[in-house]
Amino acid sequence: MAAVQETVEQVRRVGADQYKYGFVTDIESDLAPKGLSEEVIRFISAKKNEPEWMLEWRLEAYRRWLTMTEPKWARVDYPAIDYQDLYYYAAPKSTAGPKSLDEVDPELLRTYEKLGIPLHEREILAGVERPEGEERPRVAVDAVFDSVSVATTFKEELKKAGVIFCPISEALREHPDLVRKYLGTVVPTSDNFFATLNSAVFSDGSFVYIPPGVRCPMELSTYFRINEKNTGQFERTLIIADRGSYVSYLEGCTAPKRDENQLHAAVVELVALDDAEIKYSTVQNWYPGDENGKGGIYNFVTKRGDCRGANSKISWTQVETGSAITWKYPSCVLRGENSRGEFYSIAISNGRQQVDSGTKMIHLGKGTTSRIISKGISAGHSSNAYRGLVSAHRKAEGARNFTNCDSLLIGDACSAHTIPYIEAKNPSCVFEHEATTSKISEDVLFYCMQRGLSQEDATALVVNGFVRDVLQQLPMEFAVEAQKLISVSLEGSVG
Amino acid sequence: MTALLEIRNLKAEIAGKQILNGYDLTVKAGEVHAIMGPNGSGKSTLSYVLSGRPGYTITEGQALLAGADLSQMSVDERAAAGLFLAFQYPLEVPGVATMTFLRAAVNAQRKKRGEEEMSSPDLIKSVKEIAKILDMDMEMLRRPVNVGFSGGEKKRAETLQMMLLQPKLCILDETDSGLDIDALKVVSNGVNQLRSKDRGIVVITHYQRLLDYITPDVVHVQSAGRIVRTGGKELALELEETGYASYQSEAA
Repeated sequence: MAAVQETVEQVRRVGADQYKYGFVTDIESDLAPKGLSEEVIRFISAKKNEPEWMLEWRLEAYRRWLTMTEPKWARVDYPAIDYQDLYYYAAPKSTAGPKSLDEVDPELLRTYEKLGIPLHEREILAGVERPEGEERPRVAVDAVFDSVSVATTFKEELKKAGVIFCPISEALREHPDLVRKYLGTVVPTSDNFFATLNSAVFSDGSFVYIPPGVRCPMELSTYFRINEKNTGQFERTLIIADRGSYVSYLEGCTAPKRDENQLHAAVVELVALDDAEIKYSTVQNWYPGDENGKGGIYNFVTKRGDCRGANSKISWTQVETGSAITWKYPSCVLRGENSRGEFYSIAISNGRQQVDSGTKMIHLGKGTTSRIISKGISAGHSSNAYRGLVSAHRKAEGARNFTNCDSLLIGDACSAHTIPYIEAKNPSCVFEHEATTSKISEDVLFYCMQRGLSQEDATALVVNGFVRDVLQQLPMEFAVEAQKLISVSLEGSVG
Repeated sequence: MTALLEIRNLKAEIAGKQILNGYDLTVKAGEVHAIMGPNGSGKSTLSYVLSGRPGYTITEGQALLAGADLSQMSVDERAAAGLFLAFQYPLEVPGVATMTFLRAAVNAQRKKRGEEEMSSPDLIKSVKEIAKILDMDMEMLRRPVNVGFSGGEKKRAETLQMMLLQPKLCILDETDSGLDIDALKVVSNGVNQLRSKDRGIVVITHYQRLLDYITPDVVHVQSAGRIVRTGGKELALELEETGYASYQSEAA
């Protein structure tokens, strides 16, 4: 059998069985009444002990949302979502405000353990699971289970550096002025249908503040897990890098296998002030549904970074392998002079997955620069579209962008699309765009196999070569995880 | 003693068109065979059928590597069993550093044979030694496999892979094409180092030139998908004089 044919067969067989995070944790939950109403929003706000202004903020967003209609322009296809048939709040019962890890339900800790996420700082510090001779960088973790944050590690050590890293619900109580100053300033409550919905009902997420001149002493990381049935996850992340600071933030996501679709409509806002840099990396591995397209997560997320200060920099790196439908465009608003935006993306679709993803680079300030490297890999019956906007406003003197979009097709039942929008309103800007689409080469696979690689390993090698420019952007331990994920998504050789 | 390579009445086709037409060939360990013939006589086809390239189907006969039926083995199993094909046109693998590729290949073969993986220091040491013989810059090995390599560099890289993998049977498909005389000498020197009593080498070539540097024990003339004449190394010189015309008409 031809190597590509075999790969295609294998990809077909992989389907849902390869999704190793598909287990359900049996835990008692506190649920809001089903459906969406002002009462539910008041319920959520009360559960979180939020200040009054926050409740008003939510209600205003809700009222606006009622007047909005769901957008339809993306290259994705799904049945209408019944917003009254969802739970907007689910919390593991026993974890209402754990003070330390000892108070966290052991069942939850086991869940995160299964996911390979270390929550026990002591163990990490003691190097219990560290492979011999390997220096493993420490990572502070915030774990979000359905609607609440269950544990945040290394809090004390971060505090010493002046870094605030906590659930956003806690930030609303402990640092209300900071939250109020920045929340909704990058993604306003009126931004789009899903962002407005999120503003009304967001449950938890991470809050990060890096004070002026501080280089965050470790990687910060949030792991999102949707467990409860019929639950939407609406987390909200807000990261502020004050003047001259630096932070690298990682985000990982998984969900159990369920036959029904689950909605994930998060909002991520990044603010970089003068000379600050934020590096935001995502490894998204939500349940993609089975091979017939049953079940899976709808990942409709609004992510935007604001390079508010001069010489600031925001860099998005994402590895997207999961979700039934991915619809998102991590973007940069390049407001500050000489600020820089970067977007590095690997999007892999298989089975019946649909991806419509890309980025927006909005050049507002003088001398702003941006770079986009997107690698799309389609297999099975999936559809994978890159959609991107690069724009320069009148005052963006000397703005520059370089865009490179490459698509790789495996088999003949999938599709790839590249939809770039370029708008330049200043004659001095220079925008470059390169795009290629190719099929995985049977000859190259044969060449690799003639050297002894199995067909699975050959495919993984070729794909890893294809995405190398982007993988190199990931923090080391995430790059290893991403590389494994790529193999699993395409071959099922790891399991 | 079992022959290293035993081909008996082999018939093979591509897309329904028969290219190999009752092929017989026996290569014993320790021997170097040259297969010569006019363009279009199926020389490259033989190398692809033996290595298992997709699209090439055996319709009759047998090819055995050390007694094992090649048609029952996948491409990578044949490689692990010791069959190496030096490509006429080596493929590019963008984004994959040559060193990474070498490590993956060596360890994939070792794993299939149930051997221990080669450690990185050992691998680098071996590669360095071979690169020296082939007059190759180590810098080249950091570049992606064959990407941007000149014709000569590609053939050196093929030879390096072959020397590193230490196959039982080496098949060189028109290795001399695209090589200048200096590169030809270097590559030939590498191949000659591989000559051993445990190894067989099959050199496929159109011209006699390569055989000035790699002296064959046996020379075959192939035409219309089978071997039509076999002789000693002097047969190559004779072909240089007379050309292939008489064999083409004979086959037709």
